[in-house]
Amino acid sequence: MELSQKTIHEINDLLEKKEVTVTEVTESVVKRIDAVEKSTAAYLSLQTEEALIAARAVDRELSERKKRTPLEGIPYGLKDNMCTRGILTTCASKMLYNFNPPYNAHVYDRLIEEGGILLGKTNMDEFAMGSSTENSAYKITHNPWDLNKVPGGSSGGSAVAVAADTAFYALGSDTGGSIRQPASFCGVVGMKPTYGLVSRYGLVAFASSLDQIGPLTKDVEDCALVLNAIIGHDAKDSTSLKLEKKDYTQNLKQGVKGLKIGVAQAFFGEGLQPEVRKSLEEAVEVYKALGAEIVDVSFRHLDYALSAYYMISSAEASSNLARYDGIRYGYRAEEYDGLVDLYKKTRSQGFGDEVKRRIMLGTYALSSGYYDAYYKKAMQVRTLIKEDFEQVFGGCDVLLTPTAPTTAFGIGEKTSNPLEMYLTDIYTVTVNIAGIPGISIPSGLDNSGMPIGMQLLGPILSEEILLKVAWAFENEKGLKNLKAPLGTEV
Amino acid sequence: MEYEMVIGMEIHVELGTKTKIFCSCPTKFGQEENTHTCPICLGMPGVLPVLNEKVVEYATRAGLALNCEIAHFSKMDRKNYFYPDLPKAYQTSQFDLPICTGGVVEIEVDGVKKDIGITRIHIEEDAGKLLHESADGTLIDVNRCGVPLVEIVTEPDLRSAEEARTFAEKVRNIMEYTDVSDCKMQEGSMRFDVNISMREKGATVLGTRTEMKNLNSFRALIRAVQYESKRQIVELKKGHKIIQETRKWDDTKGASASLRSKEEAQDYRYFPEPDLVPIVIEKEYIEKIKRELPELPEAKKQRYIDEYKLPEYDAGVLTATGVTARFFEEAVVLYDEPKQISNWIMVEIPPLLKEKELTMENIPIAPVQLAELLKLVKESVINGTSGKEVLKEMFNTGKNPGEIVKEKGLAQMSDTAELEAIIEKIVSDNPKSVEDIGTGNEKAYGFLTGKVMKETKGKANPQVANKIIREVVAKHLG
Repeated sequence: MELSQKTIHEINDLLEKKEVTVTEVTESVVKRIDAVEKSTAAYLSLQTEEALIAARAVDRELSERKKRTPLEGIPYGLKDNMCTRGILTTCASKMLYNFNPPYNAHVYDRLIEEGGILLGKTNMDEFAMGSSTENSAYKITHNPWDLNKVPGGSSGGSAVAVAADTAFYALGSDTGGSIRQPASFCGVVGMKPTYGLVSRYGLVAFASSLDQIGPLTKDVEDCALVLNAIIGHDAKDSTSLKLEKKDYTQNLKQGVKGLKIGVAQAFFGEGLQPEVRKSLEEAVEVYKALGAEIVDVSFRHLDYALSAYYMISSAEASSNLARYDGIRYGYRAEEYDGLVDLYKKTRSQGFGDEVKRRIMLGTYALSSGYYDAYYKKAMQVRTLIKEDFEQVFGGCDVLLTPTAPTTAFGIGEKTSNPLEMYLTDIYTVTVNIAGIPGISIPSGLDNSGMPIGMQLLGPILSEEILLKVAWAFENEKGLKNLKAPLGTEV
Repeated sequence: MEYEMVIGMEIHVELGTKTKIFCSCPTKFGQEENTHTCPICLGMPGVLPVLNEKVVEYATRAGLALNCEIAHFSKMDRKNYFYPDLPKAYQTSQFDLPICTGGVVEIEVDGVKKDIGITRIHIEEDAGKLLHESADGTLIDVNRCGVPLVEIVTEPDLRSAEEARTFAEKVRNIMEYTDVSDCKMQEGSMRFDVNISMREKGATVLGTRTEMKNLNSFRALIRAVQYESKRQIVELKKGHKIIQETRKWDDTKGASASLRSKEEAQDYRYFPEPDLVPIVIEKEYIEKIKRELPELPEAKKQRYIDEYKLPEYDAGVLTATGVTARFFEEAVVLYDEPKQISNWIMVEIPPLLKEKELTMENIPIAPVQLAELLKLVKESVINGTSGKEVLKEMFNTGKNPGEIVKEKGLAQMSDTAELEAIIEKIVSDNPKSVEDIGTGNEKAYGFLTGKVMKETKGKANPQVANKIIREVVAKHLG
């Protein structure tokens, strides 16, 4: 087994025993990038030269020091909507084709402090709007399980980097499922933490009240390790929660005995692929066998979640993306006649279709005369859905659902039908609306060998329980050894 | 038909906080362009605002000083529009839940007192400045982006340009007193928008209004209101309808012109700012700010009348601005002659300030120096005439009065023998005056006193001189 194929905690054991060096670990993953990146196209920009230099520096430091932090010297990828000083941060948009931020995202600063080694910036749907990474202005990212299929999105590049062993872990952002859905499509673990647990400072905003940064990892234990590093209060983000640091690995392996796991009919709706349903039913049996209690729970307002999500996220996006006007940075139309024309041409040429669609939708929803019918109503639905979840979690510890209705679909299959694309988020958006945490882990493979994901949801700040429940399943099924059938020769 | 003018105002006041509303950039005015900026006030991708707590404190103070209710729960909203001086393409402001509501300010015009209602006060950020004069085309200075403001919105309670000016001055005075703002009009720290409509006198329904924005002096305010009310009356008399619109006031031309009609008005698409948490203010906090609130102009004026026994006029002048009141109070602590200090501040100081193009804000003398000067006069070290000369010298050199008196030899002649000799000579040289006095013409004393003052270059103590003159004249007549 190549070093690049190992998990963070496996590498940690080897580094601990001095059996490998950080340089060897980094070289292994860089070699893997050289071999498969041209097929997967997970990255928008690579920092492999810098990564190797950084690796040697970490080795030198470690030779003089005993204590090592769990992410020190571990190479990783960062979604291209997180600001990195001096490194292009494009959001996969033509609009920011030349944007070099003079500041770092809080999470990047955290990982620098931890001694992490940045490999590159990963591909995504433009401004994180999309569910397949096909909305990138630069490239199509391919699912390593079947290169003709999408990796999901919007954090598709991050999910693929982890699934194809071209990063030990990656950070993604999740506004309506953008970490969990690609994790599900690519057979990796992806977590959207509680809103406010991870600082959003330096994450280029899509929908401020929904965006949250989280880890994509090879297994649940790695997820806990990465979460440990990125959480914590940040004075620069007013919505950041004031909490003490926590070690999510501590109670990870305690099992699920006595825990109540909820199952809701609302999550088994129309359009659910039979194998996904079957996989979930099998998971229920696994949990029963492990000593958890399975309870039926019900929702009252879930039918409105997807509509409310698209109203709120588009409304916020229309305002958040208004700053890209060609005046101060980023793309500016080459020819224009006066100020208004500069705005129009810059924005028409700089944004892709999906971004424009959402800006128009959001602008409409906030317009005078429509505000009450759309934005305000959506905010009311949001309150109802929060209440729904509070009531549901009164009766169970966590909720088990599919992550997405299907496994990965073909590239180009849904690009002509935005509504169908939006429906792929139906099981993930509610989590963002309620601000609660959710994790997607692999639960099996479908008939064509594509990974199936299942989702565990919990109340606000229930990350520890979610990880514990996820780990128990993963441990029982041994699914963490699932590897994308992507050879070095493709 | 007789018309009545109805005016409502919006007053923008820049808060005197050291740093901006959402970042730690300084708010200092008049700095080199684009030097007080950071990724946050530049609205760069991914940055987030953090509300400056001082802004909430200042706004609360402003609200309490204008007798408003302070909201327990208020929030920030986004006002969306494109303009190059607005880097985020939205202004973070307050829409439906402002921090202060329902205040009142009493004004007095022509002896008539009147309450002007304050509808609301909300917090918002200022935009940058466009510099159109550059040879490189239009440039942007973003130093002002994110400077905190409060917008004070009145009820349509004002009925004349004079009332509008009096109200605006009063608000300025209160904001300055409470250190909410330095209210420097010339730096744009205070700007007015006025809504004006006309209606038949006695009518209860409001007429169609027009709005004029960004008036930046009291003079512009008065002239704009006068011009616009006349324009509307002319229109109405012609039988025309007033069009609801925003008009631009051109202070050099002294006229307003249509800027945009109601139909062209922008839809700002307000919605709650998701990057900020709501502002929750506890009762204890409000009480604390209330306790710390400095004495307001009205109360101060009354206290000057009661405590210092000053005439109402003096009290009014001294309390008209915070700096004048502070100057007076510091001087009166050191020299307990309120009326005398008042006279010097009201009569002697203003011409000297004017001559040097200064104001009470940058007056070159300290209250302690004025107190010392007045003590010298009181103790007859110098006389009043010399006092004025010393004051002028203080303005010119910044030196202490004692020092100037010594340098210029202005101390009054305390040596009666020397003074007697001078007077003896003057009386001898003016037998005609002595004769006049002998025939009962007391006015001749004045003539002789004048001669003495001239001879002594004003250093003679007038009372002492007078006494000696009478003695010497009596001797001559005797």
